[in-house]
Amino acid sequence: MNFVAIQMLLGDKAKYMGLIFAVAFSTFLMSHQSSIFCGLMVRTTSQIKDVRDADLWVMDAKTQYLDEVKALTDDDLYRVRGVAGVQWAEPLFKGLPRAKAGDGNFRVVTMIGVDDSTLVGAPRDIVMGNIEDLRQPDAIFIDRVGYEFFFPKQKYELGKTLELNDHRAIIKGIYNSSAPFQNFPVCYTRYSQAIGYVGRERNMMSFVLAKAAPGVSNAEACRRIEAATGLHAATTDQFGWQTIWYYISHTGIPINFGITIGIALIVGTIVAGQTFYIFTLENLKQFGALKAIGVTNLRITGMILQQAALVGAIGYSIGIGMTAAFFEVTKNNLDLRGFTLLPQIAAGTFVAVLMIVMLASLMSVRKVLVLEPAIVFRG
Amino acid sequence: MTNAVECRAIEKEFGVGDNKTQVLRGVDFEAPFGGITFLVGPSGCGKTTLLSVIAGLLDPSAGDVTVIGENINALKGSGAVKFRRRNIGFVFQQFNLLPALTAAENAAVPLFAAGVPKKRAVEQAEALLSELGLAKRAHARPSQLSGGQQQRVALVHEPRLIVCDEPTSALDHESGHAVMELLTKAAVRPDRAVVVVTHDSRVFNFADRIAHMDDGKILKTDVAALV
Repeated sequence: MNFVAIQMLLGDKAKYMGLIFAVAFSTFLMSHQSSIFCGLMVRTTSQIKDVRDADLWVMDAKTQYLDEVKALTDDDLYRVRGVAGVQWAEPLFKGLPRAKAGDGNFRVVTMIGVDDSTLVGAPRDIVMGNIEDLRQPDAIFIDRVGYEFFFPKQKYELGKTLELNDHRAIIKGIYNSSAPFQNFPVCYTRYSQAIGYVGRERNMMSFVLAKAAPGVSNAEACRRIEAATGLHAATTDQFGWQTIWYYISHTGIPINFGITIGIALIVGTIVAGQTFYIFTLENLKQFGALKAIGVTNLRITGMILQQAALVGAIGYSIGIGMTAAFFEVTKNNLDLRGFTLLPQIAAGTFVAVLMIVMLASLMSVRKVLVLEPAIVFRG
Repeated sequence: MTNAVECRAIEKEFGVGDNKTQVLRGVDFEAPFGGITFLVGPSGCGKTTLLSVIAGLLDPSAGDVTVIGENINALKGSGAVKFRRRNIGFVFQQFNLLPALTAAENAAVPLFAAGVPKKRAVEQAEALLSELGLAKRAHARPSQLSGGQQQRVALVHEPRLIVCDEPTSALDHESGHAVMELLTKAAVRPDRAVVVVTHDSRVFNFADRIAHMDDGKILKTDVAALV
């Protein structure tokens, strides 16, 4: 009877296409919007992820997320260094000065200042230049987005200059940054130089980067730092999630995306359900005839579920294919980098589509189950 | 056993309370093996309801129905479904073939339902269609078949009891006669029977018995000589 079920479905091309379109559209919207949402949330942690040589982030106890910090004192740095179980601790500055190119083009940049002597926290994915050149006077490293903004359509070339707070900055390296949330260019320089690029405050240190001593777990090191200093200490992962949760709970981003995804789910279910129900109603006499000639309710239910599963599988494949194609096409666009279709989102969307087709077929199954086969004798 | 169908004191009600309608009022009816029995009467007299009860598609409110020696009132759930699949064939006014299937595939649907694999079921159906002179139309869709051809597709399995609801009313004279000849051919075998509900007086001469119904009752039954 599987063959009969499929032929019945394919026989009504308009509704068949309508069902597939509804599921595909719904799949595309859900997976695409979920991917963008996850991509945005991951972007909020880009500067945390780009620090690869420290495992621990130490900050003011009231710090909620990466982009809003209260400066620490030099004493805080020394106290962290003094905690048993901390192998090393170095300062990190993060500020938002305005950079200006020679042609007057200007933009706010995220300026990260790393420890002058160790360069802990400096970028590692270098496109051009040597990270040791960061030690030279006025040296900065700029990400590709920033370079292409300040020097559009120009070949990558070191030695170009920017002006920051009346200070000269010489580009000594170009690197790949993880896509940042605010899409500002991200520059790195030495700590002592970075604090000169922004207006001076009494304290300038944004974070202390640290590493646990051998034999001490990151969690244990964090616990000891917090106990000894009263500061907040977190692992890279913990601080990343802390930042993500801040954006989830304090911005309209999840609601905005949630509404779109919810509408995709609801519209997909309603359109698919209605079309499927109409399809079943129009085939009611055929289902009645099948019941009359001895096809069991169980088998008819199986036929309807099989029709729904086929529509779901094809619609899902098309929808998820469209999402994958979108991210494939945009992956080389610097502004859209980092957005990708995660396997977890593909799997989650599959479950949602499964729910859509099951709900869509539920009314049809009910209608056919209560159908009197005697309907076949009504003209 | 000489009767394929025996109905005793059949009653059938629809609805409840003030909306209750009694459609069959103590019907006694027989359809013998080896013949065609017509059920005739005005619209709304209960012919189709009685046919549905005989075919096991509706349960009577009261009375006993024996079909091919089986008390079908006693058959419940899958038992009734299996009984219909094995013993009863249907011919409908609107043909009710599945439009997306070919003639052979439509004819094979009861075999699919019985679990016969698709290839074998279609081959068997093609062989049966060939016997009915429809070999060349085996791969045609219902929309490409005439009304008479569609009815012949529905008759392909020759079940022990064929129940027909207005099988000729949508057909022209010639096609109607062809279908009735086919039914007659099926019914003359001693273990087969055909029950036909019809208004079509053009085909009354094919009947071995004609049961006249009105207001939910059989008023009289004419046998062959009288027909």
